[in-house]
Amino acid sequence: MKRLRLHVLLLLVPLVLLWVPFYNRAEPDLAGIPFFYWYQMAWVPVTVLVTFFVYRLDRKAGR
Amino acid sequence: MKLDVTAVTIFVVLFVLVTVMGFFAARWKRGDLSQLHEWGLGGRRFGAAVSWFLLGGDLYTAYTFVAVPALLFGAGASGFFAMPYTSLVWPILFLVMPRMWSVCQARGYVTAADFVRGRFGSRTLALAVAVTGIVATMPYIALQLIGIEVVIAALGLNYALHLGGLVLDLPLLAAFAILAAYTYSSGLRAPALIAVVKDVLIYGTVLAVIVVMPIELGGYERIFASVPPAKLLLAPPPHSSLGSYSAYASLALGSALALLLYPHAMTGILSSSSRDVIKRTAIAMPAYSLALGLLALMGYMAIAAGVSSQPAYAAGFKAFGASYAVPALLLHSFPSWMVGVSFAAIGIGALVPAAIMSIASANLFTRNIYREYIRPACSPAEESRTAKITSLIVKAGGLFFIILLPQTYAIVLQLLGGVWISQTLPAVMLGLYARWLRPSALLAGWAAGIGTGTFMVAQSSFKSAVTTIQLFGTAVPCYAAVAALAVNLAAAVGLSMLINVFSRAPQNDATLAEDYG
Repeated sequence: MKRLRLHVLLLLVPLVLLWVPFYNRAEPDLAGIPFFYWYQMAWVPVTVLVTFFVYRLDRKAGR
Repeated sequence: MKLDVTAVTIFVVLFVLVTVMGFFAARWKRGDLSQLHEWGLGGRRFGAAVSWFLLGGDLYTAYTFVAVPALLFGAGASGFFAMPYTSLVWPILFLVMPRMWSVCQARGYVTAADFVRGRFGSRTLALAVAVTGIVATMPYIALQLIGIEVVIAALGLNYALHLGGLVLDLPLLAAFAILAAYTYSSGLRAPALIAVVKDVLIYGTVLAVIVVMPIELGGYERIFASVPPAKLLLAPPPHSSLGSYSAYASLALGSALALLLYPHAMTGILSSSSRDVIKRTAIAMPAYSLALGLLALMGYMAIAAGVSSQPAYAAGFKAFGASYAVPALLLHSFPSWMVGVSFAAIGIGALVPAAIMSIASANLFTRNIYREYIRPACSPAEESRTAKITSLIVKAGGLFFIILLPQTYAIVLQLLGGVWISQTLPAVMLGLYARWLRPSALLAGWAAGIGTGTFMVAQSSFKSAVTTIQLFGTAVPCYAAVAALAVNLAAAVGLSMLINVFSRAPQNDATLAEDYG
């Protein structure tokens, strides 16, 4: 139970969002929505996938 | 703001529906409501579906749905930090809170302060956590009532009672009285059940907004084109400053760290039936983030529709400022019946968190102040009764807040509340992992954090929670909660290490390693 669970580190992936200069721009837009807005919204499904993945790995490890 | 009969009828019918549900909730998943964990945590019996609705209804409040679009309407891109904030918070819930649930379940803890009391054996530290929670929650409840006030005014229900210098808004008082009554009788079961209705209405509104608005306003391209270019993106930082970038990132991170520390979040989490439920809820929660992002864009839709310059809405904007942008846009673009539904979504969306917040504060007061300091020998029934009465007092406090004081007070205090509640992070969240922390060090860190944070916000004359720090010749604008938390953590961790070097005094930990699951 004290085994280090490295896959938990995946939960840190959304911290990428803190790198603001990367997405503070209008191009490329998506159906008229500037990059700044759709990029940050696109992170929502990514976060779901990441947590779901970690959840599955947890289960496999029998926790 | 003239009276629209169809919209008002639908609004009132939906309010009556949730009222009936609120009282009926006492019989749902029936338990002995004279026990605090039954009244105040729904008997820890909510499965993944109910927890998802409950936490969603709890954390995405009506105020969020009005204030976030208002921020975009007024300030532009910088208001969109709510989006990364909600992406950051759910992994934290997933990682940290199952541990919290397990230890609270094993030891019968009802509040975060209960946990701190047990983990560190310090009633003073527990008191600090409890008082911080209650003080941070009160203005939050007041803001929910403002959310109801805005939609009631937009519906044209202006029935005010003038008592001397006081103006009492009768529909608001009625909504408040109903809310107080069913929270008192049903406890956490009432908002849990009502949250389902609220969410159906919210998601319906979101769907209508993304279908109707772009058609009406000529597509997203037109909508974004109508936003002044300077507002559309963050201002690039000047030389030797991180400018808007660090402000944006720290607001997102700090808000994410603060959210789960609020008492109403803890109450929602502890009411789950298992730690697996919390994990599954955390995976599904981002659905609300998406809804929030889409609703946030309503701020720009309101700019595109030009509602602020139309005489029909002038009185509303004068009374509520940018917070009126969403109601005005809905009135402008939706048919009457949809106005009724969407306003009910906002109004009921205010009732759910207001109920949970008052229950959470009541749990804190009863457990960590009343039973700890006033009546240590009180029976479980007396404990539950005290909590019920406290929930009434807390809500009345929120009401007086907005009746007696200018609205800006509630907003400033809520701003400070976010800074203050963050300072409980070392004791509550770090405490879940690190038993070597010392209560006196945590208390010192808490005091240092509250002091620094308050000072930083005071420097802007309580206008803004973003403060500028000089780091190696670079100006770093930063959310005060994050800066104060850094001071807090340094003190708590540093002093704990120092104490552990010089003192052999044993830790006073009532919890065991296996309690954490």
